[in-house]
Amino acid sequence: MNVAVAIHDVKQDAFAPASEAGPAPKRIVAAFGFWIFLLSDIVMFSALFAAYAVLSHATAGGPTAVQLFSQTNVAVETACLLVSSYTCGIMSLAINARRRAATYLYALLTFLLGAAFLALEVREFADMVAIGAAPQRSAFLSSFFTLVGCHGLHVAAGLVWLTVMMAQVAVLGFRASVLRRLLCFALFWHALDIIWVWLFTAVYLIGVQS
Amino acid sequence: MTDALYDRAPGEASTSPEAERTTMSTEFGIYTIGLVLALLLTAISFWVANTSMIWAAGIPIGLVVLAIAQMGVHLVFFLHITTAPDNTNNVLALAFGVFIVILVVAGSLWITTNLNENLMLSPELMNLQMQR
Repeated sequence: MNVAVAIHDVKQDAFAPASEAGPAPKRIVAAFGFWIFLLSDIVMFSALFAAYAVLSHATAGGPTAVQLFSQTNVAVETACLLVSSYTCGIMSLAINARRRAATYLYALLTFLLGAAFLALEVREFADMVAIGAAPQRSAFLSSFFTLVGCHGLHVAAGLVWLTVMMAQVAVLGFRASVLRRLLCFALFWHALDIIWVWLFTAVYLIGVQS
Repeated sequence: MTDALYDRAPGEASTSPEAERTTMSTEFGIYTIGLVLALLLTAISFWVANTSMIWAAGIPIGLVVLAIAQMGVHLVFFLHITTAPDNTNNVLALAFGVFIVILVVAGSLWITTNLNENLMLSPELMNLQMQR
């Protein structure tokens, strides 16, 4: 036992380059793997963006982007998502400091802002369908609902994930596996924000320019 | 610290929890700067889209530039992507992702614009397919 401790100490003190340091800790491997997944998810979104950009004028005589989109609604949605990304970052700080109450508080804020975003988006979709601008109306609307709806689904999945993570913090506490998952959740939530930046720029701002 | 030998996990500000605790107020400041910059860039985007002070044809380009800037703000202030040596793997993966995204989006737009120009139907037929 003493020998093992001694070897461990030697390892701590030795300053070897990364290539000789042996396998990286699981935290780094897991987060890097999740980073790769997020990038592949963004590549999938790029295909949807390309489809939207190609089809954005294919309205088949139906309603156009200018007639459908409300900029105030999008501005409020954007503010919700940006601030929720901020509270998620503050939640990461609370987790690093192992402060349970602050973690719950900022998780709750993140959840509420994300849910507000989702509620606004669902209302927008419902209003569009009510005036006959449903996905089957034109290629433009099909690609719009696919692109924006896919981002909305990601946000919904994020909200479920956040709820599950808070349950895990409550039951399991801040153990290594839970911390890893929380790190991945923060990555996911910030990446969704980057996708939304491109979404409101390409769909709601450039899309309505004539 | 053996941790310092390894690459940094993406999204992580520093490798050790102890260092994190001492720099927590700094970290808080970084997130706050990020939020302020992101809100500012968003506000400018919405202003640019609605203003008549800018030449209309330049507006989409301006909006794309603002979106790239805001993506940079998110990457640096929220995802903690830096140019430090322990971040090389994360940055390389990101660079490859961006490369593929540009290929897919720019390539699709290029090809379909070309097709639209070269295979243009007569206006009556076109109206069945597209409203341009």
